[in-house]
Amino acid sequence: MKIDRRSFLSLSIGATAGVTLSPLPWKLTDDLSIWTQNWPWTPVPPDGATTYENSSCALCPGGCGITVRKVGDRAIKIEGTDGHPVNDGGICMLGLSGLQLLYGPTRVKTPLKRVGKRGEGKWKKISWDQAIAEVASTLGDLRSDGKPWAAGCVSGSDKGITPNLFKRFLTAYGSPNFMAMPSMADSYSLAMRMMQGQETMPGFDFENADFILSFGSGILDGWGSPARMFKANSQWVKTGGKVVQIEPRLSNTAAKAYKWLPVKPGTETALALGIAHVIIKSNLYNRDFISGSTAGFNAFKKRVIEQYSPAKVAEITGIDDPSKIERVAKEFAKAKRPIAICGKGQGDVTGGLYDFMAVHALNALVGNINKSGGVLAFETDSYINWPEPGKDSVAASGLRKRRIDGAGTGKYPHARGLLNRLAGQIVKDEKYPLEVLFVSGANPLYSMPDTNSLKKAFDKVSTIVSFSSYMDETAMYADIILPNHMYLERYDDAPIPPGMGKPVVGLVKPVVKPQFDTMHSGDALIRLANEMGGSMKAAFPWEDYERCIKETFGEHWETLENEGFWVDSNVSSGGGKFATDSGKFEFYAENINALPIYKQAKIENSHSYPLALVSYDSIRLAHNYIGDPPFAMKTVESTVLKGNDLFVEVNPTTAKTYGLSNGARATLSTPVGSARVRVNFSEGIMPNVIAMPKGLGHTAFDMYLAGKGVNFNELIVPIEDPASGFDAAWGIMAKLAKA
Amino acid sequence: MGEIEGKNKEEVSEKPVGESENAHPVEGDAAVSCECDEKDKPGAKGFGILFFIVGLAVSLVFGWIVFPKLLYSKKHQPIDFNHALHVETVDESCESCHFFREDGSFSGIPTLAQCVDCHEEVQGEDPNEAIFVEEYVAKEKEVDWLVYSRQPDCVFFPHVAHVKKAGIDCAECHGHIGESTHSKVYEQNRISGYSRDIWGKNIGGFKKNTWDRMKMDDCAECHKKETDKQSSVQTKRDACFVCHK
Repeated sequence: MKIDRRSFLSLSIGATAGVTLSPLPWKLTDDLSIWTQNWPWTPVPPDGATTYENSSCALCPGGCGITVRKVGDRAIKIEGTDGHPVNDGGICMLGLSGLQLLYGPTRVKTPLKRVGKRGEGKWKKISWDQAIAEVASTLGDLRSDGKPWAAGCVSGSDKGITPNLFKRFLTAYGSPNFMAMPSMADSYSLAMRMMQGQETMPGFDFENADFILSFGSGILDGWGSPARMFKANSQWVKTGGKVVQIEPRLSNTAAKAYKWLPVKPGTETALALGIAHVIIKSNLYNRDFISGSTAGFNAFKKRVIEQYSPAKVAEITGIDDPSKIERVAKEFAKAKRPIAICGKGQGDVTGGLYDFMAVHALNALVGNINKSGGVLAFETDSYINWPEPGKDSVAASGLRKRRIDGAGTGKYPHARGLLNRLAGQIVKDEKYPLEVLFVSGANPLYSMPDTNSLKKAFDKVSTIVSFSSYMDETAMYADIILPNHMYLERYDDAPIPPGMGKPVVGLVKPVVKPQFDTMHSGDALIRLANEMGGSMKAAFPWEDYERCIKETFGEHWETLENEGFWVDSNVSSGGGKFATDSGKFEFYAENINALPIYKQAKIENSHSYPLALVSYDSIRLAHNYIGDPPFAMKTVESTVLKGNDLFVEVNPTTAKTYGLSNGARATLSTPVGSARVRVNFSEGIMPNVIAMPKGLGHTAFDMYLAGKGVNFNELIVPIEDPASGFDAAWGIMAKLAKA
Repeated sequence: MGEIEGKNKEEVSEKPVGESENAHPVEGDAAVSCECDEKDKPGAKGFGILFFIVGLAVSLVFGWIVFPKLLYSKKHQPIDFNHALHVETVDESCESCHFFREDGSFSGIPTLAQCVDCHEEVQGEDPNEAIFVEEYVAKEKEVDWLVYSRQPDCVFFPHVAHVKKAGIDCAECHGHIGESTHSKVYEQNRISGYSRDIWGKNIGGFKKNTWDRMKMDDCAECHKKETDKQSSVQTKRDACFVCHK
């Protein structure tokens, strides 16, 4: 017997036949297919009894009620709370994605101290005791030097209990420098103070209104409480309510509106005054309201009649036919319950005071104020009634110092905070250094205009203390991080949402145990104050934050705990009475001796920068403190972001002038920066205007967000509104070149 | 190799393509050499069959006996559980521990909280009982039970539709587990990670009882018989998404 090639052949044929006749190949195929359909590394929610916890969303000021489905202590899904007065079961995609922020990789898990260079990302884990002791000692030193005013705070908001605790902390410490991130509420509040004598963000009874004249407000793009606005819009569709959208770009809001009036960016105020002209000239204004409840109407009338004829306004705004302005004005005035609103996009840029006054004047012309289906005014933070903190001599002297941002004094006596001026002031005013800066619920190094200048200014601040729950751009640049619980792990109040038609206050509740070694910022402040002792300690008499919030709400706490929200029934909307000195609605703002006016922005160097760059807000892109979570990033269209490339919207006629084809790579330059972008042809953007989304171009956060696209804020600069000091920039001049 | 390839090329290029005798010159060569072998050594064919049989036998043994042993790892339950004893003691048989929640979802394997109702303290003399109370009840630690019947996560399986609506008895799918006095060994598939009970103890997939295996075909068998919905137009049976996510 000789074993040859043929034997092996026989053996292998036999083996093959045997294997085929055995279950092996079929079983392996089956197992592999099960494996590939159930990758073991894909997370699967745990199995078990389901429970639901009600809370409020704190990812934007919208204040939606949320219901979190849980199995054990694991949160599985966030849904909108049925029957909640803000959102009644609705929820936006950011709210839905909240669990990715809770369990995602961007959390700061423990107090951290910087060991490398600033922004290098080298940290040392420290204990809470050490963290509190170190910050307290830095603050103590500054106080013993008699410079308590050299401490400051940037807060995500100036409303609600936690921001007010930060403010209180600074007051007791002796610093006037509490600054909140800018929002339309700043300008609206000031316009309301000038015209109605009440410094508050107005509420709008959209649910009962029938005509909305929106000056760039992204009703379907995240303005106000997004879920509420979507529901209100659906209702208008059913009942025949109309939306007229005024903005240079065909946003989702414009696309779904009854009418879209594209105007040149920054000329909305002229259009508002032009509409006022038509209403007054056609005698369509509400005579009873004007004669009985307003002051300064004649001066206003004179100005708009003389200066804002439809023909002239058409020329300013780029509207091709003045009769369009007349038609819109008449439709607005003839509607039963018309409302004019402003606050661009999602309402987190301030805008000029006159812009807001001009738009709000339209509400007065039709007399739809303090009425169902109209504009209402509520007192925000009505439940925060803490006694003034006691101030020792150091605090008292510190508080006499003017604010570093110049708000409340000199040129800008009416503003409460001007964060937009901070970068410039730190660099300009060497006699007013900022030594310690707290940052809470905000990411200014990403979301303030001209972020690069702000970063340079932050270089001059000796100690930056971040209270962020996430490793965002500002936390990355901090010296010490005292991480807050994220919103699903903590108690907080959800103050009345901007534009809400009822004074609804929600309760943010812990729905899961804190996942990491984090601490509520309120507790961190109480501990810091205790560590510092004296009048600081006395200013924070609460044992912990939970006691503080319970005592603050007092008798309403039970309602909040049980219902999740509380509607303040004591707030009256004023009727025909106003809180101004005259007791009337004032067209003419006595405080600033002025009427609403449109002033064309001075454009220098328009030869080198012939285009206008504007931003747009998308409900798919969070662009403030919160970094867009992966679920939401997944929904960003490939005409906005492809890989890491950002697309800007350009009208084909403009693009052709510069020899750019659809999808072409281009360099977008502004006087302060430039970026590589790609061109997306869009008929929905006015010629000579370039539109770029906000919310991209992060350097921090996870792989799904960092390094994708361009940050609009790096390409723009704030422009001071002469009347208020707020940032009035609507964009910036720019140029586009083939890359 | 290069040489043979070269030769092929030459031959192919010499003869027009399509002439069958030269279309596979290498094969032709082999055939010629084989014929010579056979002529020289009669009985070589018999050896070939022998090798074939050996190959067949070895691979059959491997495929049917060795392979299943390699494919599954054996694991023991953290605690040896006596179903028979429990069924005897409790009032409502299976449903005492495996019940439907108010929302219709099925509780499945009991959690520690349920066990504690009776097992707060050690009962009887079984060492497993002592371990359970000391290691789990006292430490409030959930028992990581190995679930023989866990289906892959790509399918939905509501117990309520099968038990309450279709009236299927527990044993129809789970067998007479309630009568067992010890927990059997849990055989885990090394590839898919699921229990052997899904495919069935018989590696060939043959079954005698309805509960012997619980693959898709077994679900489909019943679904075809019992449901008249036929939600799929194509297959005239229940559509994929009835079970598959």
